[in-house]
Amino acid sequence: MTALLRPPARRLGMRARRRLSRGAAYLVFAAGVLLVGLTADWGRLADAFFRWDVARDMFPGVVTTALVNTLLYTALAFAFGLVFGLLLALARLSPVAPYRWFAAAYVEVFRGLPALLVLFLVGYGIPLAFPDREIPGGVYGSVAVGLGATAAAYTAETLRAGIQAVPRGQSEAARSLGMSAPRAMMSIVLPQALRIVTPPLTNEFVSLTKDTSLVYVLGVTAGTIELTKYAGDVLNQRVNATPLVVAGLLYLAVTLPLSQLVRVLERRAARGR
Amino acid sequence: MVAVRIHELHKSFGAHEVLRGIDLEVSGGEVVCLVGPSGSGKSTLLRCLNGLETATSGTVHVGDVEMTHPDTDLDAARRHIGMVFQHFNLFPHLTVLRNVTIAQQRVLRRSRRDADRVALANLERVGLADRARAYPAQLSGGQQQRVAIARSLAMEPALMLFDEPTSALDPELVGDVLAVMRSLAEDGMTMIVVTHEMSFARDVATRVVFMDEGRVVETGPPAEVLRAPRHERTRVFLQRVLEPGRDIELR
Repeated sequence: MTALLRPPARRLGMRARRRLSRGAAYLVFAAGVLLVGLTADWGRLADAFFRWDVARDMFPGVVTTALVNTLLYTALAFAFGLVFGLLLALARLSPVAPYRWFAAAYVEVFRGLPALLVLFLVGYGIPLAFPDREIPGGVYGSVAVGLGATAAAYTAETLRAGIQAVPRGQSEAARSLGMSAPRAMMSIVLPQALRIVTPPLTNEFVSLTKDTSLVYVLGVTAGTIELTKYAGDVLNQRVNATPLVVAGLLYLAVTLPLSQLVRVLERRAARGR
Repeated sequence: MVAVRIHELHKSFGAHEVLRGIDLEVSGGEVVCLVGPSGSGKSTLLRCLNGLETATSGTVHVGDVEMTHPDTDLDAARRHIGMVFQHFNLFPHLTVLRNVTIAQQRVLRRSRRDADRVALANLERVGLADRARAYPAQLSGGQQQRVAIARSLAMEPALMLFDEPTSALDPELVGDVLAVMRSLAEDGMTMIVVTHEMSFARDVATRVVFMDEGRVVETGPPAEVLRAPRHERTRVFLQRVLEPGRDIELR
């Protein structure tokens, strides 16, 4: 027994060993950076990705048309997804069984399909199925429905979780004051649920922003073009990758602050108002 | 006038029968305290009175309304039945004032101005008019419970139900809530109170109902039930809750 408690003989103490392995990790990293720095052809890289003249020629169109359209597509799809998702979430919690089945099936199906496939289905399938009708708003309408249909499935699950996270006592208190069930949901439960799910909904907005890069498959014009397609077109004209960097930076200008916002909101929620 | 009439009330949750045939009448202006060990069905009984729980069988009348009838508009009936919960259940996203006005506006269709006036009068009554702009999380438990009482009173109920209103409070905050309830009783409000506060039952109740295992074991004025219980089970329960150092002695 006493043998077990005796410290094993080592040439180095634990602290020295830890310091050594930490030092080795730094060394490997520095070596990697050095290797890349010395072997890369910086001039050629700069020429391929950071051509000032190519970047300059993209403005102001890349912002006034492409970025604006990206944001517009995102907002429209998000709005459609939020409204439809809310209906699905309420259906999922409905006492009427067929509503629950429909909502559950919808969520499972649309979460399991690629967003691109759904966009194709809405953009081309619906016009083929209903030749004498069309989704209002042209490509904007198609995008709202096409990307929103997928977003609704995720939003519905998020909202359902939020509604269920509101303590039961809240609706009991509302009902005790004479509110009907729908009134209690609208005035008391939903406002609290929305607060709870603001961070995940913001994440959904971020991922929708990126999904709008799929919109080009619907065939966009100079007026309806979004960031990725815009950058791709310039890439083809100039045979240079700078437009991709510009588009990437513009995406990040939208998504990074939102991700930061999510972090702030989550921290605030963790603190509890 | 009979305010509440309960007849042969049964309530089961699955195979578990919580209420096993309750008969009880409460007259207008009475303050009835429901006491008994936890799990005896007191809270379930209270929740059957305003239809938060659906009775398995039997009837509950509140005033002329049969709460247990399937055609009864429970939303309309609940407007006249206030309820105060153990955990307050204030609406955390609304200010104290909005907590007290929202049902007035949405249910009674009072104007904002009228609702505010009624709310402030009731907050004044529970001593919290100066906290109207605060959010519930900024109040102590005792203050929250008093706001909850004001919220119910603003609907001008004919009957108030209290479900262990002081059980979730720190001991030093219990007094303020009980004082509000006491003044309500003095004003003639019909009250049914589930409570472990034997001193409140002794001083304020017109009648004490002792429940155990889903049945009413005995009922009578507090002087009789609390000081000279006829049933062994009541005696054992009272001995347990009135142990030295806990609550008051009943001379």
